[in-house]
Amino acid sequence: MLRKSIVWIVFAIVLLVLPQIFTSIFSISIFTQMTIAIVFALSYNMLLGQGGMLSFGHAVYFGLGGFLAVHALMMIENEEMMFSVTLIPLVGGLFGLIAALFIGSFSTHKAGTVFAMISLGMGELIAASSLILVSFFGGEAGVSGDRTYGPPFFGYDFAQGIEVYYLAAAWMFVATLCMYLFTQTPAGRMANAVRDNPERAEFIGYSARRVRFISFAMAGFFAGIAGGLFAVNYEILTEENLNAASSGRVLLMAYIGGLGFFIGPIVGAIVLTLINSLLSNYTTLWMLYLGILFVLTVMFLPRGLTGFLMMHRVPWHLGKLRLLAVPYTLTSMPGAVFLLGLVAMIEMSHASGSEFVYLGIALNPDGYGSWAFLLAVTGVAFYVLRLTLPRLRDAWSEANTITRKPDHAAKESGGQS
Amino acid sequence: MSLLQLQNVSKSFGETAIIRDVSLSIAQGEKHAIIGPNGAGKSTLFNLISGRYGVSSGNILFKGNPIHNLKPFEIARMGLARSFQVTNIFPLLSVFENIRCGLLWSMDYRYSFWNLVSRQKALNARTEAVLEEIGLHDRRNFPAGELAYAEQRALELGIAIASGAEMILLDEPVAGMSHSEAKNAVALIRKVTEGKTLVMVEHDMSIVFDVADRITVLVYGEVIASDVPAKIRGNPRVQEAYLGEVVTGDGVEATHA
Repeated sequence: MLRKSIVWIVFAIVLLVLPQIFTSIFSISIFTQMTIAIVFALSYNMLLGQGGMLSFGHAVYFGLGGFLAVHALMMIENEEMMFSVTLIPLVGGLFGLIAALFIGSFSTHKAGTVFAMISLGMGELIAASSLILVSFFGGEAGVSGDRTYGPPFFGYDFAQGIEVYYLAAAWMFVATLCMYLFTQTPAGRMANAVRDNPERAEFIGYSARRVRFISFAMAGFFAGIAGGLFAVNYEILTEENLNAASSGRVLLMAYIGGLGFFIGPIVGAIVLTLINSLLSNYTTLWMLYLGILFVLTVMFLPRGLTGFLMMHRVPWHLGKLRLLAVPYTLTSMPGAVFLLGLVAMIEMSHASGSEFVYLGIALNPDGYGSWAFLLAVTGVAFYVLRLTLPRLRDAWSEANTITRKPDHAAKESGGQS
Repeated sequence: MSLLQLQNVSKSFGETAIIRDVSLSIAQGEKHAIIGPNGAGKSTLFNLISGRYGVSSGNILFKGNPIHNLKPFEIARMGLARSFQVTNIFPLLSVFENIRCGLLWSMDYRYSFWNLVSRQKALNARTEAVLEEIGLHDRRNFPAGELAYAEQRALELGIAIASGAEMILLDEPVAGMSHSEAKNAVALIRKVTEGKTLVMVEHDMSIVFDVADRITVLVYGEVIASDVPAKIRGNPRVQEAYLGEVVTGDGVEATHA
């Protein structure tokens, strides 16, 4: 209990201190995006990771919550309503909840393919109607508001990015805590049970459908909160925020982070936000790299980045983590060269003109010389990489060899939630 | 008074009649075994009673109430629990969680999302007690999917009995076990079904004759005999159904080999 409280206290302190360390407007804007993405990705994992429901339309609840939040902002601006902007995310959450209650009433009947197809269909339906129902969704241009109206909150009017960050971080902290606590309730535990074996759940007294419905409604609520935070942060929502691409992105976040762990989607949201906002400064092909990262995760790290980190718990508990340091270094060096070589070739094939500078090396996309050079470097790196693998494999199995009580280590590896 | 009553129950899948006009009555506290050759419809009968399938015709009464139109979870809530022939557990959840999930409804937690399970003292104490009973206490933190087969069977049984159901249906509880494992499993079944009504499907005749107070023989979906073990053993129709095999207390012995 105490250990868990400490984790949450550290989490809160990190959220408080982060913008004091990285003070630029750019980094604070990234932190705000991260907090929004974290709430959204965690809400998505209530479906997929916790409840076994593969949704291709979760952005619907994010988007609907966000749209209503913008309308609430406009009503505050027009003085039709008077409440603090700090409550806007709750407006989004409630609308997300209502939408999820309605759609979930028929979509949670079955899990698996049926659920996935309904989510896809509903996603397309809402995204298409958002372009038609102009009065609510604003058509192509979307709807926009202004967060600085309404009664100030202890003197803050949220004109500054940092004020928005703290608002978003506070909401994210509370939402994350609530979503975590939900997993520890009877409904949350049964969500896992239904995910594992819906049929057996029915024979111990639970309607699998009802269990899924509750998780679905909760997921809609928290997605709506994320949408409301988005509305406060960007002050505009468009069709893009509830379409299939957005639904796909949140799936990537949760999956790359790791579905089987509560913190998985948090890791995924952070990594994807960084890729989105940093990598896109360097290359127009960042979506391609994101796709590659996703495919590699599915193939090699089915438990996500968090799962990869958690694999090291056994060596850590056995005190053998340092056995891995040298093999990791040896493998990562040719690995990095290999990746850089691949990226160079991808970028060069995309580059126009005869001049292409990559990591300070001038290359010529039209000349055979540059291609031969890159192929050679990449090929050699790949060969060396392969040579280092047996040593890494041996070190890994050595680091996982149990020298203590057999019970203990196996227990550590079984940390699925 | 009979706890469970089947009245002229039939079940067809398309044209194929699997269960034909079965009537059966099981008294409170009885240990009842259902035997019969492969494909006789034993598992189907369990699936009808527990609500996995709907009946084509006939009535099923549990504690005098009709249950043949109810969903599995509604029947389970009335106090009728079951295990499965093919192990049917929650593989990613820990052993402890498996049992605790089996307890939640019976301890009236329903779909609540305002109680933290870790704070529920009675719930966790009861879970521990069940784990102790089924002998999986030292496996409590393992993911259930990683247990050995016999342990998974014990867990399967544990989930079924956790809720404290009055009636327990066990579908081939010792299938696929070694002789010594089966012996332990039977001892466990005896222990955990003490004072409860048990209905089990089982192929191993030594276990059937050992455990059961009454035996029903099902052949091609029809009940050909339902009686105390001594009379079943001497019943010529039962002998015939087992194709010339002699049903003895020690098991089925082939005489035609």
